[in-house]
Amino acid sequence: MANITTTREGAGGTLTARALREGFYAGVVSLGLFFLFVGLETTQNIRNELVLNQRWGLLAVFVLVAAVGRFLTVAYIRPWFAARKAAAAARAGTARPEGFLKRNFVVLAVVALIVYPILAVAIFGVQGSLKWVDNFGIQILIYVMLAWGLNIVVGLAGLLDLGYVAFYAVGAYSYALLSQYFGFSFWLLLPLAGILAAFWGVILGFPVLRLKGDYLAIVTLAFGEIIRLVLINWTDVTKGTFGISGIPKASVFGIWSFDVGAPNNFAKVFELPMSSAYYKIFLFYLVLALALLTAYVTVRLRRMPVGRAWEALREDEIACRSLGINTVTTKLTAFATGAMFGGFAGSFFAVRQGFVSPESFVFLESAIILSIVVLGGMGSLVGIAVAAVLMIGGTELLREMQFLKQVFGADFTPELYRMLIFGLAMVIVMVWKPRGFVGSREPTAFLKERKTVSGSFTKEGHG
Amino acid sequence: MSDTLLSVRGVETYYGNIRALAGVDIDVKRGEIACLIGANGAGKSTLMMTICGDPQARAGTITFEGEDITRLPTHRIARLRIAQSPEGRRIFPRMTVYENLQMGASLDNLKYFDEDVEKIFTLFPRLKERQAQRGGTLSGGEQQMLSIGRALMARPKLLLLDEPSLGLAPLIVKQIFDAIKILNKEQGLTVFLVEQNAFAALKLSNRGYVMVNGKVTMSGTGMELLANPEVRAAYLEGGRH
Repeated sequence: MANITTTREGAGGTLTARALREGFYAGVVSLGLFFLFVGLETTQNIRNELVLNQRWGLLAVFVLVAAVGRFLTVAYIRPWFAARKAAAAARAGTARPEGFLKRNFVVLAVVALIVYPILAVAIFGVQGSLKWVDNFGIQILIYVMLAWGLNIVVGLAGLLDLGYVAFYAVGAYSYALLSQYFGFSFWLLLPLAGILAAFWGVILGFPVLRLKGDYLAIVTLAFGEIIRLVLINWTDVTKGTFGISGIPKASVFGIWSFDVGAPNNFAKVFELPMSSAYYKIFLFYLVLALALLTAYVTVRLRRMPVGRAWEALREDEIACRSLGINTVTTKLTAFATGAMFGGFAGSFFAVRQGFVSPESFVFLESAIILSIVVLGGMGSLVGIAVAAVLMIGGTELLREMQFLKQVFGADFTPELYRMLIFGLAMVIVMVWKPRGFVGSREPTAFLKERKTVSGSFTKEGHG
Repeated sequence: MSDTLLSVRGVETYYGNIRALAGVDIDVKRGEIACLIGANGAGKSTLMMTICGDPQARAGTITFEGEDITRLPTHRIARLRIAQSPEGRRIFPRMTVYENLQMGASLDNLKYFDEDVEKIFTLFPRLKERQAQRGGTLSGGEQQMLSIGRALMARPKLLLLDEPSLGLAPLIVKQIFDAIKILNKEQGLTVFLVEQNAFAALKLSNRGYVMVNGKVTMSGTGMELLANPEVRAAYLEGGRH
């Protein structure tokens, strides 16, 4: 539609008139374009005869979207962006005090997350809260945690890891297998899964020490596949593609159990009606605690020598070595630390599902985790959390959008368009914010007090 | 100015099968400024990097304070207090000036950081003004100052400078060379300098070496080399003005 974006100022009256005209043109063009593509559909009926279906409603939707979209773009969106740009230019140089919301964002977010399950129960009832706590809360928090773990490797140390899901798998299978064969409890196996994953992180780290960028990415990708294939083919131990089911549930530090038959069952002890919701709420707080632990460790490490070394390594490896930093141990600790949190998340995943199979640890998972890190802005915890909410919450929301069936027909399943929307969202974000939602890096050290530096100094070059 | 701090003997370095250094002998004595001049591709930077162990010499020995460092990995060499301001400065672009200086002090785990950072800010006041700014947003001259400052934060016994004047305006070059002189005079810092800017480098140095095709062809005091007609013809008159 490039041919109608003529912007001859003043040539054709007011803005609204121009917008109306361009909207009309856009509608006409899309009518011409989609008339045959969308308006008419040929299918074969049961007797193999060609049937012509007329879909005027759908065609009208396409045309209206084009016309109204064009009108809104020209009349409102473009002037709004221009005004914002002008305002930003006027503001440049004068540092604004940050608003209350911005300053206390982290505290507010944590409080909101702690209150979240209580609110869900209050609004939707014990059973109704399941969907909100489990599908949205736990699901998103697992990815937040995974992405924060991967952030240590990719965002801080700058080592592109396409096989992060391998550590997730190691953690999940560690819990699944050790609890099945030896009957260890979750609280013993959680740290053990982390340690085992960290161990595998080091195993991966050694051969890739000399690799960088794309070469590193390919080897880590292969590593992720190796772990998955081992899980599939080592049937004696892992039961192959059948997976391991009946993984025991976690308990509240051994005090209260969530097994229905147990005498110290949570619901029984507190004389509540039996429901699986309590277990989910417990899991929600568990994964919240694990995710916050990941964030806390990341924030602390960034201020410590090893964290500074990671960031310096990302910036310039040769300079690092010339400053006496052992890049070998620095890389290995990054891999190990990132993998450890992947392992924690994995064992949590196993305990939540009660079932693990190699299906859950395909490359797509690595890709999703990595894209959350990239979308959020490498190195930024807040940005990554926001990206996880949008991407994982967004796909969950798609399942809820059953009303779309009324528009696109009964056989329309919105979640099938997940990847399409995913990809589209990614392209848009990368065009609009090439460094992710939070692209600027927060410094870890200051001289005496924090100086406000004008935005033009702290902003990074695009590229 | 008697004992030798760094001694390079018969060093040969290869990139694959290509010999970049063909048996180099160089001495840097404690407390002096030594410089190495030569044309593009002569092997100056290669020597600098070989001293730092990346790439390692295939033949010959490098000794620092009597210790053989030829086969040590780079970070171990750095821990012997050989600090380097590498070619192309290699500051950390997304970290602030202050954080860059912190990275320089990682050898002592910031033990002397507060004290040393003040010294750097006195030497290069521009860095103090820019301390909250990201390294990548600095001008070329400021980046060079930062690179030298970061190297100094490691409390080096020997400072290696690879082309500190590269791509800088004459006035900035003068500032940087003045700073090197001050460091040498006031703190007795030993400096080994690789330069294309032969005139300024030789004027500054106690001792100079001329490198051609991976070999040291001439050496002498800075003044001797400046007066040498061959050096003048090759590096000063033709190259400079």
